[in-house]
Amino acid sequence: MPTLKKVIGWATVGVAISATAAGAGDRKEARNQVEFGIRVASQGLWREATYRWERAVELDPTYAAAYNNLAIAYETVGEFQKAKQAYEKAIELDPKSIYIKQNFDLFKEINDRANRQAPR
Amino acid sequence: MRTAKLLASLVVAMGTAGCLSIVEVSVETPIKPKLDASKFARVYVAGFIAGGTEDVDTNLETVRLLRSQLKNKSSLRVIEADVQPLADLAVKAAGLAPGPAAPGTAPAAPGDAPRLAIRDERDMLPYEKIFADKEYWKGVGEEYQGALIVTGSVIFVPYQRSGYVQKEAEVYDSFGRRSVVPVRTYMDRKGFILKPKFLFIDGKTGETLYSETYREEILYNTEQSTPALSSYFELMDRLLPSFLSTLSSQTIKGTRVLLR
Repeated sequence: MPTLKKVIGWATVGVAISATAAGAGDRKEARNQVEFGIRVASQGLWREATYRWERAVELDPTYAAAYNNLAIAYETVGEFQKAKQAYEKAIELDPKSIYIKQNFDLFKEINDRANRQAPR
Repeated sequence: MRTAKLLASLVVAMGTAGCLSIVEVSVETPIKPKLDASKFARVYVAGFIAGGTEDVDTNLETVRLLRSQLKNKSSLRVIEADVQPLADLAVKAAGLAPGPAAPGTAPAAPGDAPRLAIRDERDMLPYEKIFADKEYWKGVGEEYQGALIVTGSVIFVPYQRSGYVQKEAEVYDSFGRRSVVPVRTYMDRKGFILKPKFLFIDGKTGETLYSETYREEILYNTEQSTPALSSYFELMDRLLPSFLSTLSSQTIKGTRVLLR
């Protein structure tokens, strides 16, 4: 019986180690996606950047910077609802970032303006 | 010294290696038009019911201005045709009795359309019934191949206001040093208020698709003599971007910070 306990214990440790390794791998890949997205966005290729940052948040749902960038990308294509959700998520993950807050404030000005234009 | 050099080279190295955590980018955010005018190929600015001062023909000036703006800044073809005699039609349709002529104007000659003094929104109300007459607008639309119709009312009235205003004044202390301080001064000021209401009517159905009301005012010192027409254009300039954004999409330029 003690042998079985040991086996289960080692198996649990093994699963945990492999999960951490996969998590670290995902985070690294998410960072690569963010980096690539920044490069293409700087060239004005916002659709491609959007795809990259969507992939990044899938890989690492705790990556505030990726949500911030994604929100900006949604803004540039006029998808304001998605942009708002992405900014809110970015702020939730990193409430101290002045850059995210600044971006969100600028977005809100435009969003308010667009909302004032609701047809009768 | 050695440490400073080391730090500087580190910053450069980080920059060149792309290690800086922020990247500022220029963005252009598109704002959709307020009204989906994609089913219209043409627009007809039909005229406006004008009220207020008679120093400016606000009906014709507004028609001219909007037509030229729509020509340059929208994809719709602007129909150049005579304006509709809206005030006369409204008088007939609503069975209004002629009222007093606006101050400083000659009384209406016999046979002329009855002229009512429209000084404010309350005076304008009975006239506005014409805008709800779907059959009338459908008829206008048929004449112009189902165009999108722009119409409404424009009130442009002189305005006077007295009160305290904050101005800056130069003061010198006992050492002759100059400084600027805010001073509250009582002033008489005069100017104009512009209150247009724009309606966008579907020429195929006669239905109002969208309407928007604005209010802008301008005040000058009483000694300053500014022609009414200049004030009218100054006030219209302020609201034209919003008017145009009803039919055309706009792009707002700005910057955002991307993060790593």
